[in-house]
Amino acid sequence: MKAHLTRRYIFSASHRLHCDELSEEQNRSVYGKCNHPHGHGHNYALEVTVSGQVDAKTGMVCNLVQLDETVRREVLERFDHVNLNLCPEFKALVPTTENLSEAIFHILKQNFKAAHLEKVRLEETAMNSFEYDSN
Amino acid sequence: MVYLTRKCEFSASHYYYNPEFTEEENQRVFGKCANLNGHGHNYTLEVTVKGDVDPTTGFVVDLKKLKEILNREVLDAMDHRHLNKEVPEFLHQIPTTENLAIAIWDRLQSKLKVARLHRVRVYELPDLFVDFYGEA
Repeated sequence: MKAHLTRRYIFSASHRLHCDELSEEQNRSVYGKCNHPHGHGHNYALEVTVSGQVDAKTGMVCNLVQLDETVRREVLERFDHVNLNLCPEFKALVPTTENLSEAIFHILKQNFKAAHLEKVRLEETAMNSFEYDSN
Repeated sequence: MVYLTRKCEFSASHYYYNPEFTEEENQRVFGKCANLNGHGHNYTLEVTVKGDVDPTTGFVVDLKKLKEILNREVLDAMDHRHLNKEVPEFLHQIPTTENLAIAIWDRLQSKLKVARLHRVRVYELPDLFVDFYGEA
């Protein structure tokens, strides 16, 4: 039987939405408050969904400790309490939550092989959330 | 097609232990969950059914009937119970959240004539849940 397992994590980071290819005025118009020069922060909630056959011996899709450890090492240590604009992933990319969810998906895809990565869902605030999958 | 989700909560105890494993393997694989004295959770169950909206009633499903089935098949059997000892599916199967979602799907699927089951979601904790769509 195939089941989907989702685990939720919290991290906090700051960012400023600003695209160098746009003029100052265009940036203000496109990004609004998110373009304020000194940036701002969010408490992000990340939901990671993996899927696979439920192992007959353990009753589990994957070892949760291993998933937690991978997310902690690869995602939380990288993005928690940092300025996203200064991260290598966003050197040439605006750290919108769309781009952040895509980056996290690819980081996890590369580093977690114990189950199939279905999707990541990222809440920027209680009102905004974004999902990225490989489709 | 419209999807309707009904939510309910139940509280139960369980432990994870495979008698075919050595003591060390059980500790390594299941950690704190392998304590044979058990521990408990407040589970949240979300059952999603799907179907066309009935033109007369405007419903996908008669919620009273769905609620009755949920109460009878799931809550009466599992709420304030020890899953390993009192729920037949888990006498010989580990009551992980994965297996719990599958067991609840099987219980509902055979009894639910009023709508088509789409998804069973079981939250063991606010930050951990399993979805089962009836896939082999």
